Amino acid sequence: MSEEKKPKRRDFLYTASYAVGAVGIGAAVWPLIDQMNPDSSVKALASTEVDVSLVEPGKSITVLWRGKPVFIKRRTQEEISEARAVNLDDLIDPEKDEDRAKNPEWLVMLGVCTHLGCVPLEDKGDYNGWFCPCHGSHYDTSGRIRKGPAPENMQIPKYEFVSSNIIKIG
Amino acid sequence: MKFYFKIIFILFILFTFNNQKIEAGENNKEFLKVDWSFKGVFGKFDRASLQRGYQVYTEVCASCHSMKLLSYRNLAEKGGPEFSKEQAKAIASNFDLTDGPNSDGDMFTRSAKLSDKFVKPYQNIQEAKASNGGAYPPDLSVLVKARSGGANYVYSVLLGYDDPPSDVILDDGVYYNTYMTGNKIMMPNPLSEGLVEYNDGTKATEEQMTKDVVTFLAWAAEPHLEARHKIGFKAIIYLLILSILAYFSMKRLWSRIEPEV
Amino acid sequence: MSDHNYVPSSKLGKWFNDRLPLLSLSAHLREYPTPKNLNYWWTFGGILTFCLFGQIITGIVLAMHYVAQADLAFESVEHIMRDVNYGWLIRYFHANGSSMFFLAVYIHIFRSLYYGSHKSPREVIWIIGMIIYFLMMMTAFMGYVLPWGQMSFWAATVITNLFSAVPFIGESITNWLWGGYAVDSPTLTRFYALHYLFPFLILGLVILHIWALHIPGNNNPVGIDVKKPSKDTVPFHPYIVIKDLFALLVFLTLFAFFVFYAPNLLGHPDNYIEANPLVTPTHIVPEWYLLPFYAILRSIPDKLLGVVAMFASIFVLIILPWLDTSKIRSAIFRPLYKQFYWILVLDVIVLGYMGALPPEGIYLLIARVATAYYFIHFLVILPVLGSKEKTIPLPLSISEPVLNEASDVVKNNKMNTE
Repeated sequence: MSEEKKPKRRDFLYTASYAVGAVGIGAAVWPLIDQMNPDSSVKALASTEVDVSLVEPGKSITVLWRGKPVFIKRRTQEEISEARAVNLDDLIDPEKDEDRAKNPEWLVMLGVCTHLGCVPLEDKGDYNGWFCPCHGSHYDTSGRIRKGPAPENMQIPKYEFVSSNIIKIG
Repeated sequence: MKFYFKIIFILFILFTFNNQKIEAGENNKEFLKVDWSFKGVFGKFDRASLQRGYQVYTEVCASCHSMKLLSYRNLAEKGGPEFSKEQAKAIASNFDLTDGPNSDGDMFTRSAKLSDKFVKPYQNIQEAKASNGGAYPPDLSVLVKARSGGANYVYSVLLGYDDPPSDVILDDGVYYNTYMTGNKIMMPNPLSEGLVEYNDGTKATEEQMTKDVVTFLAWAAEPHLEARHKIGFKAIIYLLILSILAYFSMKRLWSRIEPEV
Repeated sequence: MSDHNYVPSSKLGKWFNDRLPLLSLSAHLREYPTPKNLNYWWTFGGILTFCLFGQIITGIVLAMHYVAQADLAFESVEHIMRDVNYGWLIRYFHANGSSMFFLAVYIHIFRSLYYGSHKSPREVIWIIGMIIYFLMMMTAFMGYVLPWGQMSFWAATVITNLFSAVPFIGESITNWLWGGYAVDSPTLTRFYALHYLFPFLILGLVILHIWALHIPGNNNPVGIDVKKPSKDTVPFHPYIVIKDLFALLVFLTLFAFFVFYAPNLLGHPDNYIEANPLVTPTHIVPEWYLLPFYAILRSIPDKLLGVVAMFASIFVLIILPWLDTSKIRSAIFRPLYKQFYWILVLDVIVLGYMGALPPEGIYLLIARVATAYYFIHFLVILPVLGSKEKTIPLPLSISEPVLNEASDVVKNNKMNTE
């Protein structure tokens, strides 16, 4: 009877020790991993406010946000109509222009080609939008991929107009 | 044998404690002591005191002393004065700094944001010295850790302005201080009764302002003190528990070996 | 050493082990016969291994954020303390870890001195240990420079200036070390590179240290060789593993107290002031673990001879196996040696204390006396003791101290299995 009991008590002590030890090792390892996450000074720069009052229709500016370029384009009526007229079936990555530019006059998107990350050139390409020289991806006036190896449209970041002239990105 | 090791351990502890004559300066005058809320195993900062201390720093000290390692967002972060984000943003916007170049190539002035570091009163150390009779008002970011005696020392110096004893002659612009190392300081007594009108209505006596500003400086030097105490308590309890488990595991294992003579 | 005919239980294991015998190595380490009478002073080897890995891991992590450039270094350390997630914890672990590392190494060294672990056939283990200790001091010295505080800068200036004492080529050596005409950014960047490198040299030497140990096996409190492994020893796993683990946890509790409740107690406030080449601190002091050598350095009035004395104090330790002529290992059976041993311990503590005080008046006198004793202890007392001392008879074996005298001595010293 006592022989039966012995292993149980012994196992409990060892099992408890291992379990408590494992918790400690986990708690000790976490800071070593978390320290590589963005630190608080980087996170403080996670949003940027941009004054767009000087941007004329048809023109665009490029700003740096989280280390990447963001294209802010003030589109002409022609460019907007062109974007809206496109049939979704013709798109490699179907997405409505209305969903990409809530305020149709302003297109705010990450200027990073979704193929391998180069910065596309403005006013180039077969679709009146952007053209990426690295591997030949063509984007339209809504920044959507139309031809070439890129799989997705240029990404729209989180943004809002905090006043009529100031866009807060991120 | 164990006796000897106890002695050595005690000597070691005494040695490290006495190494810096913590409780008294080289003048050997014991510092004024305050029962700081942040001292001790469960020490925490008094939020209201931190906010008042920040007010004293901004209104009295910041005209000469920079705090370049702090950012405005720190004022809203956990463990500190814990202003709201809006309050901290408003505080930041009171200060202007130079940024640029803009797309024309020019530097421009803008108001500070949460992500900016505290604006400095002077552009550089040389300007600071020139504006203060050749003495550099030290940056206050880690001052409490940079002085032997820490918070008690800074508190004592701020309240330690006295008339010099008869045998001490002071140059122009030099003041006598009972607790300052060397007894001479080039900063005039910065605080006087009622100098600041506290936003929360507390009476601004010299002692109160000094206590608040030193609490603020202590936080500025150690913004993660509360997290450190909290995690430390858990860590030490955990280690004690695991040590006990390990001890009994060891005893259990070694019971298989016949005992020694 | 026991010979293994270890065969891995799995086919994959056997295939791998035939090509790189790591599983055999693991089996050897698990079965390694360890004297069963080791006391807690023997747990510091394991503790030191933990300290080394702890410093390496936290060091590499700190290196991800630190900037080794004179204008940016201090700020980058504060960036780690304030902005990096858990940066304050990792930095305080690393800084206090250095102190804990030296506390452990001093206990480890003094354990060896007491029980004669430096004597034949363990001389090479001892010498490798001394080289490790020397590298540790260099690593710690360079590491302390990196935050670029006032003490960082001025300690670097004082110690590198020592080399100018070398006749004829002294100034050239010093400028070569500095990479300039004073301590400045080039000095900082090269110290950073070497501070990152040296711990891996230490790691390699630690492996050699343990390998050399496993040839004769561990010494033990009574200092006599293992006669019958089955009676005198236990397999390393689980008996020594669990004991080392328990001791490590107690050590970590002390470590945690420093890191979480007194993280700056062992440091110097002046190092929170940014380095200023135009202002010298009133008292330049190194970290506590270097103070005895600092005291020896400053007790000699001549600059060059002071440097020589400082290096000689380490050299004298390296040749210790040949200075300590006694055939008996453990101080338990050497009553006179035991007295001098405790005087040496006191002497080293006194030297350390003097190293923190200005080298003037009574302090300087005490430092000189303590320095003199240090060298007399190793160069005169130990060689003489070997031949002149009357020792207590040794027990027959580890597990059977049959002679009553010996067993009484053993009991009185409370040198039991615990």
